[in-house]
Amino acid sequence: MSAPENAAAPEPAAAAAAPATAVRVAGVNKVFETRGGLVHALEGIDLEIAAGEFVSLIGPSGCGKSTLMRLIADLDAPSAGTITVFGKTPTQARLDQEYGIAFQQAGLLPWRTVAANVALPLELHGVASAPRKAKVEELLDMVGLADFADRYPDQLSGGMQQRVAIARSLAEQPRLLLMDEPFGALDEMTREKMQSDLVRISAETGAAVVFVTHSIPEAVFLSDRVVVMSPRPGRIREIVPMRLGASNAATTDAAARAARTDGLREDRSFFEMVTAVREALHGAPVAAGARGVETR
Amino acid sequence: MSAHLTPRAETTLRIVAPLAVGAFVLGVWQFLVSVVGISDYLLPSPASILEEIVASWDSIVSATLITGTNALIGLVVGTLLGITLAALAARWRAVDQMSAPVIASLAVVPIVALAPVLNSMFGADSQFGRQAIAAIASFVPIFINTLRGFRQTTPVHRELMRAYAATPGQVLRTLTLPTARPFILTGIRIASSLAVISALVAEYFGGPRGGLGSLISTSAASSAYARAWAYVVASIALGLLFYLVTLGLERLVLRTRTIQPDRTTGTGTTSTSTRSTTSTTVSH
Repeated sequence: MSAPENAAAPEPAAAAAAPATAVRVAGVNKVFETRGGLVHALEGIDLEIAAGEFVSLIGPSGCGKSTLMRLIADLDAPSAGTITVFGKTPTQARLDQEYGIAFQQAGLLPWRTVAANVALPLELHGVASAPRKAKVEELLDMVGLADFADRYPDQLSGGMQQRVAIARSLAEQPRLLLMDEPFGALDEMTREKMQSDLVRISAETGAAVVFVTHSIPEAVFLSDRVVVMSPRPGRIREIVPMRLGASNAATTDAAARAARTDGLREDRSFFEMVTAVREALHGAPVAAGARGVETR
Repeated sequence: MSAHLTPRAETTLRIVAPLAVGAFVLGVWQFLVSVVGISDYLLPSPASILEEIVASWDSIVSATLITGTNALIGLVVGTLLGITLAALAARWRAVDQMSAPVIASLAVVPIVALAPVLNSMFGADSQFGRQAIAAIASFVPIFINTLRGFRQTTPVHRELMRAYAATPGQVLRTLTLPTARPFILTGIRIASSLAVISALVAEYFGGPRGGLGSLISTSAASSAYARAWAYVVASIALGLLFYLVTLGLERLVLRTRTIQPDRTTGTGTTSTSTRSTTSTTVSH
């Protein structure tokens, strides 16, 4: 949480050994066979995500943003093209537990307590009971749910459940976080709070994040780069780099992210970036009348 | 009305009310027999039935043990078979499709039709036919409920398990079985009554003497109506015992889901919500 810790390269040992690229997607197509014929979900996708970088995928429904994330997670296989995650195939990366994942639904196991839910991945991968307990405690502290460790998921609000899911996705200190609209079902206030938490947490852990969303302000607030996609077939229309705050172009991603606070939501650069993403989404400069940007 | 009662009063009422109804019915029954004068072969009085229970206590106990053992063996075998086959059917579609017609025919076979056949198949001195009938009868609801339970896992949970690179054994242990647990237990509870009924009914169709079913039919045939009723009371007690034990098992295993400290609502609402949780798992 403290600034010096963030300025230092996150996880020095891992950073030294690992390639600087977290995810490389090259010429990827994905075709689904449905009863109505072939659906081209993704076509000619090229994307490179650096280690520690926060990248949002944004676009209208059907643009394949979730599909792209699922391909990286090895929950689906591409029809053509290659994907590497830290230089490995997605399957190998999944088997090596290189990424943590969170979905729109929290997906907690209702018969397990909050603590046991967070412990689940550690348990599955044979982490001994004592370090597991310590890690769970630390994670629940990080997401501010230390007092709720013994509760069951159905006793928590939607926002709290989602925070448990995020704690769970961080359990094994992944270098890559995959998030599929994790805040999609939350109310606006909870959502902004969660976004600030996520910015803080990702800066603390130095993990690269692939964040699927359909909210422009959310993408702008969180990301280093926003990947704007268009549907049928799903293509990358434009990649918009975010330059938020005045002068952090030279500093590292993690440091820039740590400097990202709620004040930024009212910053002029924030609105400029929102406009830039909107224009990219609509494929043409938005008319002058749209000056008062809706921060949906 | 009941909404205005305190939880304690509600609990008391729940125990006292059926007892009062029971006592009232027995009173009317005794009155009909001893005062109105209904003849003994039509309806023996509760007092004479009680007398018979005391008089032939040893025989009742041993008969209950025989029938109870048959039912228990049948229930255990049926449970193991039901859960195993349901697991296979959930895992491999082919097994499911192959077993579907068999299960359907087993579900509609009347126990009464099978009993004489199995009795002659396994000989007149073997309890095996009765145990087999109890097993078949309990197998069906357990298989159907368990299979349904195995299919309740949600896509998000399955994908999570895939993302964790969990082995099939781990998925079964941490996701599939816990999801199916309430369904399996409901199946066992339904099957417990069926096991007792079918073990009892199977005894009407020959085979070795000594069980509750055969004693009921011999007593009735030799005009010992009060004794026949005494054995009927014992079979009711046996059925009730099986039901209550499996219900207790269900409550015990699912206790983490029902006993939850809920600080956001009052105690009154907690007790009602607890009860409604149980009843949703009960009704199938």
